[in-house]
Amino acid sequence: MAEKVERLRFAEWGGGVSPFAVGSKKLGMWLFIVSDSLTFSGLLVGYSYVRIANERWPMPFEFWPTIVMATVMTFCLLSSSLTMALAVRASSLGDRARVVRFIALTMLGGILFVLLHAKEWAGLIAEGVRLWENPWGVPLFGASFFTLTGLHMLHVISGVIYLGVIALGVSRGRFTHEDVEISGLYWHFVDLVWMFIFPLVYLLSVKMP
Amino acid sequence: MGASSAPFSVSAQGKNPRILKGGKAMTQATAVHEAPKSFIRRYIFSTDHKVIGLQYLFLAMAAVAIGIVLSLYMRLRLAWPTERWPLLGKLFPNAMAGGTISPEFYLSLVTMHGTIMVFFVLTTAPLGGFGNYFLPIQVGAHDMAFPVLNMLSFWVTLAGFLVLMAAFFVSGGAPISGWTAYAPLSAVGEIAGPGLGMGQNLWILSIALFCIASLLGALNFITTTLNLRTKGMAMTRLPLTVWAWFTTAVLALLAFPVLLAGGILLLLDRVAGTSFFVPGGLIVSDKILPHKGGSPLLWQHLFWFFGHPEVYIAILPGMGITSHVLSTFARKPIFGYRAMVTAIFAIGLLGFLVWGHHMFVSGMSPYSAIAFSLLTLSIGVPSAIKTFNWLATLYKARIHFTVPMLFALGFVSIFVTGGLSGIVLGQTSLDIPMHDTYFVVAHFHLIMGVAAIFGIFAGTYYWFPKIFGRMMNDALGKLHFWLTFIGIYAIFIPMHILGIAGHPRRYAETAGFDFLTPLQPIHVFITIAALITAGAQLLFFFNFFWSIWKGKKAEMNPWRATTLEWTIPSPPPHDNFGPQTPVVHRGPYEYSVPGAAEDYLLQTAPPAPTKS
Repeated sequence: MAEKVERLRFAEWGGGVSPFAVGSKKLGMWLFIVSDSLTFSGLLVGYSYVRIANERWPMPFEFWPTIVMATVMTFCLLSSSLTMALAVRASSLGDRARVVRFIALTMLGGILFVLLHAKEWAGLIAEGVRLWENPWGVPLFGASFFTLTGLHMLHVISGVIYLGVIALGVSRGRFTHEDVEISGLYWHFVDLVWMFIFPLVYLLSVKMP
Repeated sequence: MGASSAPFSVSAQGKNPRILKGGKAMTQATAVHEAPKSFIRRYIFSTDHKVIGLQYLFLAMAAVAIGIVLSLYMRLRLAWPTERWPLLGKLFPNAMAGGTISPEFYLSLVTMHGTIMVFFVLTTAPLGGFGNYFLPIQVGAHDMAFPVLNMLSFWVTLAGFLVLMAAFFVSGGAPISGWTAYAPLSAVGEIAGPGLGMGQNLWILSIALFCIASLLGALNFITTTLNLRTKGMAMTRLPLTVWAWFTTAVLALLAFPVLLAGGILLLLDRVAGTSFFVPGGLIVSDKILPHKGGSPLLWQHLFWFFGHPEVYIAILPGMGITSHVLSTFARKPIFGYRAMVTAIFAIGLLGFLVWGHHMFVSGMSPYSAIAFSLLTLSIGVPSAIKTFNWLATLYKARIHFTVPMLFALGFVSIFVTGGLSGIVLGQTSLDIPMHDTYFVVAHFHLIMGVAAIFGIFAGTYYWFPKIFGRMMNDALGKLHFWLTFIGIYAIFIPMHILGIAGHPRRYAETAGFDFLTPLQPIHVFITIAALITAGAQLLFFFNFFWSIWKGKKAEMNPWRATTLEWTIPSPPPHDNFGPQTPVVHRGPYEYSVPGAAEDYLLQTAPPAPTKS
């Protein structure tokens, strides 16, 4: 027994292979995700802080159209996570054509999300919501809404471009399975961030009867 | 340098099985690692971790020179408030018109000195400089995991530095809101004072760039430590320097993104009219501001959630270097290796839970203050573990008093001195009267500034022979140490007294405060000590550059040390180990092993023959 413990403790590390069996690129993406999620956490905590610090935070969102449209946007994004997972699976099977097709579908989901989101922004701006004022009271409502959703939208747009590069590379036979998987990690992360923004920013601001 | 060019061609062909096993990522990492031919790719836009490490070190040297000059301007103003310095004013023709330092310009100096030192010296030199240069070698890797990101990380840092320097030259000059950029002063714009217009914007931009560069660096450090270790280099055989850089990188990975979030919000407050950090009804310069609804405390929370771990980002590499150097020159294994590793991690973890102790005077609930206070004081436990392990390493050792050893011993001394005042400030009831006095200035300069600088000096004197293949001058080094060591105490011990006497910090002058008049001689004493100590640093700069060209040639392993960097030529060839990847058989601190022929065993030394 003691001998076995001793052997385990001084087991030779072979080098080159990660203790978590994760490639360097993938580990790098995981670390980036950890870091980026802390930036979003900082913003979400800041939003929660000013929301609690202000009495009568505006709750202007009607069930129709805002919440319904936001739900459709959520649906687009979540479906795109599914197609992304299918792309990764196809890539693990080595089916390049299917990888490209599923990534294209994923990008379509992302683009739809951005278009709907842009339409929503345009509507709010038309109603007079600005970074420094809005028709419903506490000016920070608009500031935090545009900051949080804006930074997230920036991530979705960069994600769509990133996926485009990956799909183009895969169709030309360039990238490996790991590259596809890593782009998938990023995409799922962007979706996950939305799953915090949707309840905290939208559902908590529904107009009460 | 001539000798180092030979292994390049060998390595380009040398196929390394370790790299093939790791998959595509690692193959790519070495594919860009062929010896570059052109000067620009080799020394300017280089992806070699050693060149990048040196770039970071030289950036830090430029930054520290500027930082020291700024601090001397402040010291002169404090010691002789009515004096004029037309000659010194030439450096800042607008801000120092007529050779006098206005209270506003004094605050600009405070801000820029703090920002330059914390970000571009204390974070840049030990982690970006030594970490980049020696972490891959000490784990037995040919380069960092992501050489291109590594190169970008340096250039983004440099861009951040240049943007910060630009703040001196824009209209209004450098910001006056301190390195902490407290809102609402930092958030409301030019109306609140000079430098709060464009200067403050540039400050935020510079820090945002630094956040991005840190992320790129941290990705590299963590991935390299976990994935690129050579055969036999188990985590339990990593030198404590590597453990320190690794933990520091984890802290940087988790702390800087929160500062980035704060920076984004602060910039929006300034340029887009939001009010995240500005409360309603604020009157500045007889004008009611249109902002409303924000909270200055939110900035403090976001800033210090980053700011406290940042203290450990500065000091942990110094702890690693100190442990390494103490063991080497005590010719004894480090006492309690595992306890040291655990203590580094404990300090890192606790560092994320104590940011509130910077905010005891912000009006926070006494209950939260107690929680923050208890957590803060508990950092004393891992700190004491480290200190006692250092002392135990020295116990009954035949110490070689080399220059790096002197600086490592100095680190322990200053770490203890600065740490003791931390116990005072960690308690709410004592912090409240002390918080805005020189006591805090003395505390954080000793523990975060000077201790970390001593770690940097220890590292410089220790690794110089490896980096440049020549020794630094010993006599000059010892003179530099003693002048600096005594000078530092002469500067900062009297500051504790100023603080206890109630002298407020951040004030350019004390005229009109009768109770401060008797303290003026202490200011004069501190300024003279600061001038002498700053002058002593010229010895270091001279020794450094003189030794690069004229120093005594160094052997491969002049300190008879054990870790992997001492198994390769000085300076190391482009790909560190050439085609021959080292195989590690032992821990990092096998000094004075009974029965061994020499008093040290390299990590690559083959295992002792099994008992018959």
